[in-house]
Amino acid sequence: MAGHQAVVFALMALALVVGPFVVYPVFLMKALCFALFACAFNLLIGYGGLLSFGHAAYLGSAGYMTAHAAKVWGWPPELAILAGTAAAAGLGVVIGALAIRRQGIYFAMITLALAQMLYFFFLQAPFTGGEDGIQAVPRGMLLGLVDLRNPLAMYFTVLAIFLAGFLLIYRTIHSPFGQVLKAIRENEPRALSLGYGADQYKLIAFVLSAALSGLAGGTKAIVFQLASLTDVHWTMSGEVVLMTLLGGLGTVFGPVVGAMIVIGLESYLAQLGAWVTVVQGAIFVLCVLAFRRGVVGELAHLLRKPL
Amino acid sequence: MILGIPPQALFSQLLIGLINGSFYAMLSLGLSVIFGLLNIINFTHGAQYMLGAFVAYFLLQGVGLGHWWALLLAPIAVGLVGVLMERLLLQRLYGLDHLYGLLLTFGLGLIIQGLFRNSFGSSGLPYAIPSELTGGRNLGFMVLPNYRAWVIVFSLAICLATWFVIERTKLGSYLRAATENPGLVQAFGVNVPRMITLTYGFGVALAAVAGVLAAPIYQVNPLMGADLIIVVFAVVVIGGMGSIMGSIVTGFGLGLIEGLTKVFYPEASNTVIFVIMALVLLVKPAGLFGRAQ
Amino acid sequence: MIKYWLVVMAVVALVAPPPAQAEVSDGVVKIGVLTDMSSLYADLSGQGSVIAARMAVEDFGAAKKGMKVEIVSADHQNKADVGSGIARQWLDSDKVDVIVDTPNSAVALAVNQIVKEKGKAFLVSGAASSDLTGKACSPNTVHWTYDTWALANGTGSAIVKTGGDTWFFITADYAFGHALERDTEAVVVKNGGKVLGKVRHPLNTADFSSFLLQAQSSKAKIIGLANAGGDTTNTIKQAAEFGIVKGGQSLAGLLVFITDVHALGLPTAQGLIMTEAFYWDANDKTRAFAKRFAELDRGIHPTMVHAGVYAATLHYLKAVEALKSDDGTKVIAKMKEMPTDDPLFGRGTIRADGRKLHPMYLFEVKKPAESKGPWDYYKLRATIPVEQAFRPIDQGDCPLVKK
Repeated sequence: MAGHQAVVFALMALALVVGPFVVYPVFLMKALCFALFACAFNLLIGYGGLLSFGHAAYLGSAGYMTAHAAKVWGWPPELAILAGTAAAAGLGVVIGALAIRRQGIYFAMITLALAQMLYFFFLQAPFTGGEDGIQAVPRGMLLGLVDLRNPLAMYFTVLAIFLAGFLLIYRTIHSPFGQVLKAIRENEPRALSLGYGADQYKLIAFVLSAALSGLAGGTKAIVFQLASLTDVHWTMSGEVVLMTLLGGLGTVFGPVVGAMIVIGLESYLAQLGAWVTVVQGAIFVLCVLAFRRGVVGELAHLLRKPL
Repeated sequence: MILGIPPQALFSQLLIGLINGSFYAMLSLGLSVIFGLLNIINFTHGAQYMLGAFVAYFLLQGVGLGHWWALLLAPIAVGLVGVLMERLLLQRLYGLDHLYGLLLTFGLGLIIQGLFRNSFGSSGLPYAIPSELTGGRNLGFMVLPNYRAWVIVFSLAICLATWFVIERTKLGSYLRAATENPGLVQAFGVNVPRMITLTYGFGVALAAVAGVLAAPIYQVNPLMGADLIIVVFAVVVIGGMGSIMGSIVTGFGLGLIEGLTKVFYPEASNTVIFVIMALVLLVKPAGLFGRAQ
Repeated sequence: MIKYWLVVMAVVALVAPPPAQAEVSDGVVKIGVLTDMSSLYADLSGQGSVIAARMAVEDFGAAKKGMKVEIVSADHQNKADVGSGIARQWLDSDKVDVIVDTPNSAVALAVNQIVKEKGKAFLVSGAASSDLTGKACSPNTVHWTYDTWALANGTGSAIVKTGGDTWFFITADYAFGHALERDTEAVVVKNGGKVLGKVRHPLNTADFSSFLLQAQSSKAKIIGLANAGGDTTNTIKQAAEFGIVKGGQSLAGLLVFITDVHALGLPTAQGLIMTEAFYWDANDKTRAFAKRFAELDRGIHPTMVHAGVYAATLHYLKAVEALKSDDGTKVIAKMKEMPTDDPLFGRGTIRADGRKLHPMYLFEVKKPAESKGPWDYYKLRATIPVEQAFRPIDQGDCPLVKK
């Protein structure tokens, strides 16, 4: 890891270890799940140049899969979360294969259409419980040893999952695979002429992004013991775009910062009802007009180092 | 019995589908016009539709002006709002990636919807069917409310009028030329930026008209545009982004297909549009009537 | 060194048990009114429920008795994840002791679970699902006001007995709608009727035209509306457009509140039959309450949900006073021990499964000519005595009830 980025990572990890003793742990866990979701989304758009407008599909499907596995099949939490991740990855393969065939705005529209289909499927399917969602999902015993009903135990599990996912994304971005992906984003015909199968690279990035979004979704289902339609609705897809845009598209730490800010704002403004939507909209508008690099992006620009 | 369903059920659902289709057609028309000329995906369209309905509500509650006045005044009012939006905000994004236009209009939609939701709650305000149009006609297989018949007639009229202006008049030809080559058209002395602004305003006005028509039957509700907008996008993509006739035909057509689905497989009625969109995008990405770009 | 202590703290925190509750926690009884403030149930509960809770605290005389009582409120937006998130935060870190109201059965079921885990108290007034005193019953929950079984029993059997024996259901697609449909279907079938069809619609639907047409083509004599709030009023209004009632079918609103009748207006709503637990114009005590309530709530008269919030909060505070503790499980047990007595529901009891018992009333909406003014909407058709109003305790599959 580049020197300065390692320092930032260490600071972030430390802050997160101390966090639950300072802040309500459930809030932090929510922020971490969404941070992982945003990082996964950023992999696709920031580094792959592909705007997916239906990313909630992976968060939500994994949530339902994990909730079902933990509650109905009685699986322990680690297997349930893995099941959710696998489901999201599978979905990523199918949707990715269909969407990759088109570019730009049409790619975004296909992902949106397929995500909407999935939403209505989940609305109707009996196992999801429709508007009720899957409730009373047991937290279970991690690896048969740690009782996850203890909030701190749950928190550190979530933190471990987040850090693992984050590091995986970091490795991916800074690997040869990541470089080719960036090359494809910059100039696809040239990459093709150099012999790289652009479609395969894009598909792998897509599936990876979907799988990690699923990891976030499955973990969230265990933390909140609930899987609901909110997580597959298109407004959730909009939220992750917001987090990534605000934090900084194509930066390493941007999505984490973006997620923290958005979740924090939502919590803080919750008693004010629909002001949350207004503030979110205002952030979108401001970011697009004046703040395109996002928080971390602007910081990186100032420091002249990649963040 | 047709295909195992009593014809009454079939025809009545098809007629309902046609009514829904009118809204799809009008809304997708506005979106298509905007995308065709500005290359902007106007995500604010749902909020602008809602604004049209609210203006109609305010005109009735505040000033006592009914449906007919609203049909005239609401599009003008909301159209002006659209012009302001375009001048102040959208113009700055013309050189950038389409993504930013999408995100900006998405954000604006959130702001407008959030503000209205704060002020008016989300359970809807009542708006009565105009007295001239109450009652219904017994068509044999169902009673068709007069107002809903009016919706079909009026929206067809608007759609065809718009198509005529764009495809068959001089103004329309300037518009179409500016879409293909703004620089050249500007060189000929046509004020292209003003045309763009007015076109955006016009597209927004179309959304507002749809809102006024919707007020008596769909409840005036801050969130009325939110879920509708996604469906309308699907219609535009299927019809072909930028194709006027495509939006009209697809809008009505999709309404009919939705109505049919409600007869045979009601649970899928919300999904069928997206299935079709995914299929069309895979086979003919420019849409059924669109031109490849 | 710091890392070492952090690890020690983490280990200690992981294994240490939570402190036990012996008295009124932190000296304050904190009541959380969780309700729908902005969506389709905002009128029948919403801000009115907060007002009702405040009136209960006032009437209880907390200040004079030296008890500190606080009220907080939040909007669950009819989403199970939002509602359970608020409940969790309230109970974990905001020191809330009891959660009240919660219209929307999906949210109520989720909160029911969380309250049980954390050993606090839950007083349900707004939600309807009879599962709350059935499969999902809990020693920490009291279900006041009404439930789907009581409604089905009241309205359903009354209608079938007067000849409405073929039914078609238009149902809201979530816990409440399913429960209401299920319970009403059971009553219809038990009384010799038949259900010809059902259709489910998403919550907060604006346009019911296609569902109404399906109901029309089924030719059922009765179209049962297993939905509530804005969904019900929309269905009734649009049914008039399509000439459903003129064509000979009748609409049965299975859950109608006085605020719905107010929204529809008497000309449209006249003749509707519904079952409710409370009517503001029943006696002098209820009228006095309604007058005070209306002054505080923009002239709106209390629905049975508001009345339930008031009565449940009052009884809860009495139990806390008697026990000198606000430990959720213990207070609920005490509430079941003490008979209830309040100006709105009169005398009553709470069963072992958490079900509050009181008579239910069958009302019919007056014709415009019969009404003397706004909110004078109901005439009493029948009183369903306590013994028959609610599901028998042994039929609910509640694990708390010994067979």
